[in-house]
Parts: sequence; C-alpha cells; structure tokens
Amino acid sequence: MKPTNTAHPDHYHQVVDCQWGCPAHTDVPHYIRQIAQGDFTGAYLENRKSNVFPGILGRVCDRPCEPSCRRGRLDESPVAICRLKRVAADHSEDVRQHLPPKGESNGKRIACIGAGTASLTVANDLLPLGYDIVMFEQFDKPGGLMRTNIPAFRLPAEVLDDEIAMIVERGVDLRLNTKVESMQSLLDDGFDAIFVGTGAPRGKDVNLPGRHDSDRIHIGIDWLESVAFEHTESIGENVLIIGVGNTAMDCCRTSLRLGGKNVKVMARKPRAWFKASEWELEDAEEENVDIIINHAPKEFVVENGVLKGMLFDKLAYETDDQGRLSAPDVLEEVFIECDDVILAIGQDNAFPWIEKETGLELTEWETPVVNETTHSSSLDGVFFGGDAAFGPKNIIWAVEHGHRAAISIHKYCQGEDITDRPSRGVNLLSTKMGIHEWSYSNDFDDAPRRVMNHVELTQRFKDIKIEVELGFNAEQTAREVERCLNCDIQTVFAENLCIECDACMDICPTHCLTITHNGDEDDLRSRLRAPSLNKSQILYVSNALPQTGKVMVKDEDLCVHCGLCAERCPTGAWDMRKSRMSIPYASSEMSVKSASAE
Amino acid sequence: MSFLKKPKISHPGLPKNDIGLTIRDYEGAMSTLCAGCGHDSVSSAIMQAYFELSMQPHRVAKVSGIGCSSKTPTYFLGGAHGFNSVHGRMPSIATGANAANRELNYIGVSGDGDSLSIGLGQFAHAIRRNINMMYLIENNGVYGLTKGQFSASADRGSTAKKGDANPYSPIDPVLLAISLGCTFVGRGFSGDKDHLVPLIKSAIRHNGFALLDIISPCVTFNDHEGSTKSYAHTRANMRETVHADFTDHHEEIVAQVSPGEFKKITMHDGSRVGFKRVDEHYDPTDRISAISYIEEHRAKGEVVTGLLYLEESTTEMHSVLGSSEQAMATLPYEKLNPGAATLAKIQSRWR
Repeated sequence: MKPTNTAHPDHYHQVVDCQWGCPAHTDVPHYIRQIAQGDFTGAYLENRKSNVFPGILGRVCDRPCEPSCRRGRLDESPVAICRLKRVAADHSEDVRQHLPPKGESNGKRIACIGAGTASLTVANDLLPLGYDIVMFEQFDKPGGLMRTNIPAFRLPAEVLDDEIAMIVERGVDLRLNTKVESMQSLLDDGFDAIFVGTGAPRGKDVNLPGRHDSDRIHIGIDWLESVAFEHTESIGENVLIIGVGNTAMDCCRTSLRLGGKNVKVMARKPRAWFKASEWELEDAEEENVDIIINHAPKEFVVENGVLKGMLFDKLAYETDDQGRLSAPDVLEEVFIECDDVILAIGQDNAFPWIEKETGLELTEWETPVVNETTHSSSLDGVFFGGDAAFGPKNIIWAVEHGHRAAISIHKYCQGEDITDRPSRGVNLLSTKMGIHEWSYSNDFDDAPRRVMNHVELTQRFKDIKIEVELGFNAEQTAREVERCLNCDIQTVFAENLCIECDACMDICPTHCLTITHNGDEDDLRSRLRAPSLNKSQILYVSNALPQTGKVMVKDEDLCVHCGLCAERCPTGAWDMRKSRMSIPYASSEMSVKSASAE
Repeated sequence: MSFLKKPKISHPGLPKNDIGLTIRDYEGAMSTLCAGCGHDSVSSAIMQAYFELSMQPHRVAKVSGIGCSSKTPTYFLGGAHGFNSVHGRMPSIATGANAANRELNYIGVSGDGDSLSIGLGQFAHAIRRNINMMYLIENNGVYGLTKGQFSASADRGSTAKKGDANPYSPIDPVLLAISLGCTFVGRGFSGDKDHLVPLIKSAIRHNGFALLDIISPCVTFNDHEGSTKSYAHTRANMRETVHADFTDHHEEIVAQVSPGEFKKITMHDGSRVGFKRVDEHYDPTDRISAISYIEEHRAKGEVVTGLLYLEESTTEMHSVLGSSEQAMATLPYEKLNPGAATLAKIQSRWR
C-alpha cells in the first residue's frame, strides 16, 4: 500500500468514529472531556456549534454516533454519548451571552418556510452574518416535528422552547399561524433566497376494507400533533398501533398516558427488521406494551359505525442463507379487539403549495429535485433541507442540512459559486506532559455502560408531561465519561525515528500494530498480528522504516488510545496528539474571508 | 517503564491455541525496563513461543539471576513458577529444581554479565551436566543496571556511550557452549521475532541444555554508533545462516521440503526442526565445521545467527544419573525416604 496521507483532513477524522458517524460532526470526545472536567457550559457550546440543539438532541437524537462508537466493538456497549450530551445541557449555565448577536443588516432577506429544525439552523447560521430572516410557521408555536411528533414525556416543552428561543430572540422575524400556500407568491415577494424546511408532514395511510367506516382510526403523526396541541386528550382502553418505527413507539407510549390500558404494536416482520431504535423499543416494553410480530393488517372490523377490532394475517417467514426474508406464508387469520387504531407506517414530504408554473423541478413522486451537497433546487435561490429535501431522516440530519444550506445561501447571496464548498481542516497538538504523563485520561476503564434511571412506572402515567428519563446523576456521569476511549487523541507516527525495537507492538493491548513487509491492502490485512475484523476501518501504513525497509501498519479498528505505544517508544516515534477538526459553517466562512481580506 | 498497567481489554478476535488460551494469557506483570529494551521484545517472543506450543503456563518454571535480563521472568508467563536467585547462581537453582521435578519445563533467563562474568563457572557446568532446560542469554554487551560498563561479551574496539573503546577480547557464549559440548546452540536477535520465535520453540522442545544467545540491544547505554550490539549494527551485520522451522509433533507436515531446506531432525518427543540453510556450506550438525564457520565470520565482524548446532542427545542429567522416571517431587514419602533400615543396608555395602 502507499504510505497513508495523514495530512488529508479526513484521515484523522475517520478515526474519531463518533464524530465521523455524526451527520453534523459533533466533536464528541472533546465535549465528553469537558464534562469530565466539570465544564458543562463549554461542553454545551461545543455541542451547539455543530448540532445547535444539545438539550433536545441529548434526549431524542437518533444517535448515529453510538453504533459507530469504537467502544461498542470492544465490549459490546458504546459510550452513552447521547446521555452525556443531556448532562451538558442539564448543567450548563445560560449560554446566551456567548452566542454571536445578529450582525448588522446586510440588506438581504431570506424566507424560511417552516419553523422546524432545518429552518432554525439556517437562521442560527445566517443571523450573525447580518441576514434578515423571515420564518413562516403554520402553527402557533415554532419547533416543527420536534414539537408535534415527539411527546412531552420524552422532550419537555421548556427544553424545546428555550433552545428555539436562543435563535429566534436574536432577531428572527417569526410569523406564526402563517401557512405558506403558494411558492409563486413567495417568489414574487422578492426574497433574496428561500429555504424550504417544511418536513415530511404527510403520514402514510392504508387502503384496507373498513378504513373509512370509523373515526377511531388515526394517522400517527397527525394524532401525535393533536395530542401535542391538546386537541386530543383521551383514547380507548384497547389500542392497536400499526407499524413498528419510532413514531409507533411514541404513539403506543402516548396512548398509555391518555387512557390506553391494553396497547399492542402490530409488526409485519420479525424483530430484526424493526425500524424503531432498540432503546425506544426497550422503553416501550418497559411500559408493558405488547409488540406482536408477523401480523399483517387485513381489515378493519366496524359494526354499526363502531370499531370492534382488526383482522390480521398471521405470517411465517423463512430466512435464506444471505439473511433475507422469504415471501411469507399465511398461517391463519386472527381477530384482535380494539377501540382505536393508530397507523404509524411512515410519512412523506408533500408540496401541494408548489405550483408547476414556478418551474421548480419535481421527481415522479412529486418531491423536489435537490442537490445533496448544496441543497439547491432547480430554481436559483430556492433551497431545501430537513425531511422536506430527501424524505424522513432524523433531527440531526436536518441540522446538518441547515448548516449546508446556510453556506449555500450565503454564497448565493454574495454572488459566489455555491458548488465551491469550504474545505475541512485538522489540527494536531501533542498531549505529552512528561515521560508517562498525558494531558488526557489515558487509562482504560472497564466499567460497563451506565443505565438511565426512569420515573417509576406507577408515577409516570399520571401526566403526559412527566419526563420519563431522569438524566444521569453525578456518579453515573463520572463513570460514563471515563468509558470514552479518547479516539480524538491520535497515534501519530514518525517513521524516520523508528529503530524497530518492537516495543509498541509488544505492549499494545489490542494488537493494533504490526511491523511487516509492505503489500497490497488485502495481503497486509491477512498478515496483521490480530485478525482484521472490520474492513471498513482504515489501515495506517507508514513510509519504509530506516533499518529494514519494512512498514509500520496500524489497524485503527480496535485501538483504545491508551498511549502505551508512545510511552514504550524509546525514540518518540509515536506521539499522542489531540486532533481538532475544523468543520466549515456559513459564519466561519465569513471570518476566514474577512481575515484574508485584512 | 510505564505507570499505567496494560489494560485487560483485548482484541475480540484473538486466536486461541489448542488449550483454549490467547496470547494475553501468557503475559506477566508490566515491565519496569527502559522503553525500547530488547529484553522486553525477547519476553514477547517467549510468550509467543509458549502460546504457539500450547503449553500450560503453570507447568513452566522460570529461573534467573541478577541483572536487567534476570528481572524479565516477572514480565511473562505470570502463571508459571519462578525463582529469582543470586547473581550468577541461576544454574544451581535450575539444577536443583530440575533434579526434584523433572516434569516441569525449565526456562533460565540470564544476561552477559550474569552468565559470562560472575556466573561463568556455573554456566559451564550446567552445560556439562546437560540439564534439560532452555537457557537464554539476553546479550547487550553492557552492565545496564549499573549504568553501562562494558561486559565480557563486548567486542574489542567497540565504544562505550561516552566514547571509550573496549580493550578486551569478548567471550562468545555460542563458541564457548559448542566447545563445552552443549547439544543445542543458537543465536537470535530481539529485533527479529520471525526468526527468534521458532528458535525458542525448538529450544523449549530440545531434550537437554539448549543455549540461545540473543542479541538484545540496551537502548539506554549501548545503542549508539560505535556499539556492536546496537539495533542498527546488528541489523547491518547479522548473517542468518540457518533458519529453524519448528513443527510440532502433532501438526501434520503439509508443506513439502522447500528448496533451501536440507534437513529435518526429529526431537525426542516427535516434534521436528527443519533447517532452512541460508548459507549452503553450513552444516549445523557438524561441530567442527560449525566452530570454524562462526570464527571465520566473527573475524569479519559478522554476527552469525540461527540454529547453529544441534545434537538431539539422550544424555541429559536424569539419564546420566539414572534417576527416577517419576518426578521426585511427586514420589510418596516412603519411596523418597525409605528409612533408616534401608540406609543401613546400603551403607553396609561399603563397610
């Protein structure tokens, strides 16, 4: 293999699995270290820089960082990154004084449609640059799907209100109860750019017999929305939820708080195919929700206008040798009684308000054609982000869309090429403090993952607003922060200093290092000192070593960043250096520009 | 040394040997030697060899004397028995232990100071008695523990860290051992484990005294220009003469004899050592030509490495003495001490 180009900004970034796995690239190890040091405000601001809503995401993020976490490959449970984010938010002081105020107006007006995650992020990024943001919201409160679809027992309204206010109160012209009905009229209004962040507000329906014969059959996201705005305050005792995604989990748990006693989630497939996150399934099961697999809905049974129950086909699957499910066999027909049915089988983005005459190009599914990097549509100056752009994803993706769109909008308004994207960078700083001292907690802590404490089952159903998760306490936080493997503290190798004494190889607890003759990647992976279990993780390959011409190979997969290789190196060929990625934002682009102009 | 203990966490895909252990099960305490010490690398090679031979750590006895090298048994095979003895007196301890319990596997770790100065007499007689053990000399040419004075193995003319040249001629443990009748003599280099691990495995399986002289650089006092025991000098002047390939007796030999391979010697337990002759004129079973070959290349400043001499003897200490097949340590007391009447009977023979 060719020597690894460690100067490429992505090289060390990829080693920080959590940060690389996060759509918004939050520097997780950095903020965990800040929490460990008691700097909760710093940790909050570090989060806010990239993910904008630490208090919200610390509760309800889809956590792509956690399946990515290196720790999960070593002892099966990743660091509780999301819980630690909430710790930062719970204990941070009010950060308003640290946020940049709205810049002096540059005369550019930007319309943001929908006051959800993506639009708020665009506003957050563009306000300091002096843009005038006009944000249209159909409801009487901002927040979008974060408010309407996530029940209060998971995300308290105060948290939502506070983090949205941090953006809006800096000078967003927020127009509540203002539903945008026409793209053409917006275009006619002379905005300098338009950002569409209207989410994916249309819940999928089913076309089964009896669907329209009762008013007790609800669309999941619409039902959650009416609960959020307190239009719905009760439900029958027997409730069936159709679908097994995260919306289904919110629907079943909400039902329990509105009078549901016997709530069943009906899944068409076996558990391994569920769309819901594992922890959301666990939380629902803790509340005694039945999750029933292999049942396909067939018919709503309505007698004299009263919903009696539903008929299902009970299915049996086989799995082929590639782990795929066969077409199911129908075993029998099953009737299950119920008072209400909630359909939670997915949602779509919908744009009935975009007129064909505007020339905005739509796909065959009536969704806009959007560039994945710039978020621009076929109309100059019209950008899409969040679920509106590419269909339902999650909050953290919507934040990242907002950041990207903000860069595009800024460039567009400044007359620059929006495809010329600002580049990422990386900075390395040695953590060496002495012969055996490093400026990070380098020892491996074998503590298992801390478990979140919940409000007692007997208490939590009394009010839908009782937040179930209590947050980590001081002891839990202190243990959990030490579980982080410090993947941002990079092992940096200087081959010209190496005398090939093997000390680093011998001491490495996880056998990451190998000194061997060079070869192509497959060949090298077959000759490592421990099996290469994860081909998606990069191999570092050095230049030829001075004494034998062999190369140093590091399989990044299971390095615990303990620094022992560097401690045992007699010549300082290994060093532990903290990496900081610089991730570009619209506002940082501005500061670079002005610095170079001076 | 490191202040941090090596974390217990290990690679989940680590291979297991025939008795279900991973290489991590052959570790000892954290080394307190200098970072980059050749001895630590030798310890790793020892762990690798015992792991690959699937030997139970608790069936091994580690014995050593005094010096940096003699500290190392603490740093490997934590489950083994051990005795850290007086300076140069490890062979006596090994002899006693082996006499009492021949069923254990003995590994003696010594250095050039411990074996070639204060312990030279003990070393020579352990060879002469042919004690069934592996005897390692971790040879770095200096007294590292007392700040780097020349040892008896330092080459004439090689310089100390501060520049003084050594006026004395060296004792070469390999030549010494062959001339004393040692039945297994090899030389390795701590910085070349591909070569060292099979050497150690062969030495472990040898029935008799197996000497391995291992060039093991002292990074602190003897890794400079002018040293003939540095990493760079050893790599530049190492002449691998015979490469040992060890095949355990129960492993089926699938590979054909490779072109460079000219001889396979079956050890007493059925395992085999294959010699891959790198230098075609060398015959590691011919004692006289071995000595002259090593002398010849030493004169050129080359370090000849490999399995240099092997005679699969049957005359190790117990067979010479005709002692009990069963380890004395496990004999019942009545057998071990047959009593005053039997003693009187024996004594009466000489009255």
